Amino acid sequence: MANPHPGSPLSPEEISRPTPQAGMSGLVNDWAAERRVFDMPWGKTMMWLFILSDVFIFACFLVGYMVLRISTVEPWPDASEVFALTVGGQSIPLLLIAIMTFILISSSGTMALAVKYGYAKDRRKTAALLLITALLGAVFVGMQAFEWTILIGEGVRPWENPWGAAQFGAVFFLITGFHGTHVTIGVIFIVIMAVKVMRGSLEGSRPGFLTGRKGNYGMIESLGLYWHFVDLVWVFIFAFFYLW
Amino acid sequence: MDQGSHQQPALRVYLRVWIWLFVLSVLSYLVDLSGLEGLLKWGLITLFMLLKAGLIVAFFMHMAWERLSIVYTVLVPPAVLLFLAALMALEADYTLSSRLGIFAS
Repeated sequence: MANPHPGSPLSPEEISRPTPQAGMSGLVNDWAAERRVFDMPWGKTMMWLFILSDVFIFACFLVGYMVLRISTVEPWPDASEVFALTVGGQSIPLLLIAIMTFILISSSGTMALAVKYGYAKDRRKTAALLLITALLGAVFVGMQAFEWTILIGEGVRPWENPWGAAQFGAVFFLITGFHGTHVTIGVIFIVIMAVKVMRGSLEGSRPGFLTGRKGNYGMIESLGLYWHFVDLVWVFIFAFFYLW
Repeated sequence: MDQGSHQQPALRVYLRVWIWLFVLSVLSYLVDLSGLEGLLKWGLITLFMLLKAGLIVAFFMHMAWERLSIVYTVLVPPAVLLFLAALMALEADYTLSSRLGIFAS
């Protein structure tokens, strides 16, 4: 399949590169040849490495959660009941979490489309999709704040809760709080990127506010990688923390 | 900057992935609602989780179209996390048995 990300303008060094080989011989060639290994804009490589480091951070949190949950002698609170929402007098388990999951997946979809239309240089669609993504992200954070409010009102603290193992609160606030922070930061950056797209900074290769780095549509792809990663983390939190 | 020779994945690829993510989320939610227990429940939750993660990484994060050098750089290191998880599960199991043994009385 053709590589869909052309990335930033070609430098002379990139133009003189050998055409990439497919499969394993390409891998060997990338690492053995006397040149940069990753044939992509540096911003994207750095985003991937940042994501890799963040994978380890979240994995440590989830492994820590597993250790606490296995080793406690008290019963672990049942997430289905803890996170149930009462609608019309009926208690529906995990309703809020399910809605949050759908919202985050939707935002991932709109982000993927924003990257696509960015490369197609369709400024209006890209900006609109970015703003929808940011809006969905903000709604997600808002619902998380709502969920925290409910739980704090019910007496959940990092050191105690009314239903069982005391570690529940610590793990819950740490993991969802860290994830919510990631979502919040993502929303801020997506709004900034939407403004850049709208005023044509990426097309005009204008440098940013805090950096001399010139704008290009590859930036939306890097931001998209971050946003999809945030969604990816939620997939694991949803499964391990809420469903397990 | 010439990007004409490169092609973005077609719109329907994204839409299809999107729909599948919705379907898999509904399925994992149904597992919780259905009250399944034990290995079947955990197996299904893990299966749907991995399928969703795979779809997001492969299509939304474009891994399916990347060179192997970046694919391996990103995907191989997290594999050691499974080893960490296994070690810590053993450790936690030991902690639990000590707690039960010492604090039970």
